[in-house]
Amino acid sequence: MARPARALLVGLAVVGAGIVVAALRVNQYVYFAGYVVLQYVVIATAWNILGGYAGYVNFGTPAFFALGAYTAVFLIQSTRAPLPVLILAGGLVSALLGLGIGYLTLRLRGVFFSIATLALSIVLQTMIINWEYVGGSRGLSVIRPSGPPFGSYVTFLFTVMVLLSVVAVTVARFIERSWIGRGLAALRDNEEAAECMGVPTLRLKLFATTVSGFLLGVAGAPFPYYVTFVEPNSAFNLDYAVNALAMPMIGGTTNWLGPVIGAMLLGTAQQLATVTISSEMNLFIVGVVLVAFVVLAPEGILGLVRRLRGR
Amino acid sequence: MAGTLLEVDGLTKRFGGFTALHRVSLSVRAGERFGLIGPNGSGKTTLINCVSGVLAADGGRILFEGRDITTLAAHRRTRLGIVRSFQIPKPFSSMTVRENLGIPLEYAAHARSQAGDADAEAAEILRTIGLEAKAHLRPAELTQIEMRKLELARAMAARPTLLISDEAMAGLSSVEVDDILALLFRLNEQGITIVMIEHIMRAVMRFSERVVVLDAGERIAEGTPAEIVRNPAVEKAYLGE
Repeated sequence: MARPARALLVGLAVVGAGIVVAALRVNQYVYFAGYVVLQYVVIATAWNILGGYAGYVNFGTPAFFALGAYTAVFLIQSTRAPLPVLILAGGLVSALLGLGIGYLTLRLRGVFFSIATLALSIVLQTMIINWEYVGGSRGLSVIRPSGPPFGSYVTFLFTVMVLLSVVAVTVARFIERSWIGRGLAALRDNEEAAECMGVPTLRLKLFATTVSGFLLGVAGAPFPYYVTFVEPNSAFNLDYAVNALAMPMIGGTTNWLGPVIGAMLLGTAQQLATVTISSEMNLFIVGVVLVAFVVLAPEGILGLVRRLRGR
Repeated sequence: MAGTLLEVDGLTKRFGGFTALHRVSLSVRAGERFGLIGPNGSGKTTLINCVSGVLAADGGRILFEGRDITTLAAHRRTRLGIVRSFQIPKPFSSMTVRENLGIPLEYAAHARSQAGDADAEAAEILRTIGLEAKAHLRPAELTQIEMRKLELARAMAARPTLLISDEAMAGLSSVEVDDILALLFRLNEQGITIVMIEHIMRAVMRFSERVVVLDAGERIAEGTPAEIVRNPAVEKAYLGE
């Protein structure tokens, strides 16, 4: 009883801290960049539920993210639904896509699953390009609701992303420590052996793809209001696929803290590089760091710390 | 038939145009030590893959404790008490030996009966099998025979009624074979029905009360070990004419 209570307290404290930072009304850039870093906390955490816990590497992160974003665009266009509805709807639609790719795991494993998810992203992007109502290939301008809290909509979205990060991390942590997480680890190690030891592998995989999809969609839903101009190339950006995979790998995939550390470090480094050097440095940094980690510390920063502290 | 635990009735399995099993029938009695032998490629592993649910049969029925389980998912069969070990050990490599046992304890044994003390049960199984000193090692740190023992320990943790041991002794020295054999005898004394698939004739003949021989996907003989070694059809299958 004491432990979940403490986790809840920490979560609330983080949300509280986010609101305090927002209320300080410092330089707008801090919220602008902070939003992106936190968005990557959600994305990396969501990706890790499937990629890290279950061992199914998803290259289709842009599809889920963009589906969340475009669900929001559709609802803004049609009903001007409030932000919480957009987030929930974006999550649910992406969860449905997640359930779909969950059934793919029946036939596709390993690298073939990854290729299929990459293809999914391209197919979905083509569909969006040809859908005029949500802007098609030209894109669409979105007008933010007026009178946001904290005086600026970006600051408000920053606090929303703080909350979403806390929710995503809490969900991941709960899964990891429950019987679900242990079952996922078993099927990651050996799916056939897991099934023969009583683990309902299909049901657990469907759960993982659905939850992962939901959180990726949730991360994408506020995106239209953040950028105010949505077009397929930015929503389906390959950066999301690369970062979603690189961040957990760098932090460590077997623990909920791994993607958080990875997203914080890499996300911040990218934001700093964008303003100080050039926006093209983003992926270069990811590439170099990822190669270094895969070679030198395949279990990420957490693995490195464990190794230094242990034997 | 009273006392029949597992009944395989006319089981057929095809891989494309190749018939791996052709109308194979056999029945295993409760508490029995049952041997399944046959030359390489005769369909032994295919048969137990069908029984454990890893493969779906193309024809025939499988009954366990009188219940038709032909279309049941593998994990559901494990929960019913049909547990198998793998020819090539398939441990959960990211977990310790103790954690490896935790999976079947949590998902099979305790899914069936009320939750027990998993730690105590795991410790007891590891003691029985002689792995208690290795409880906190990872599978990569184990020797060949320890790996085989882990495979059996993990199967035991699922609390089987029927244990299918798929070549648990391949590649072991004769002392190690005796070691595993003694373990299987002890499990049988505890009331677990055991189906042994084995290439080491000395082991399977000593262990089994009844033996079924497969050749090219068909059942060619059944009997006590003594009858089997005198059977001309078996001799022909193994040695040719």
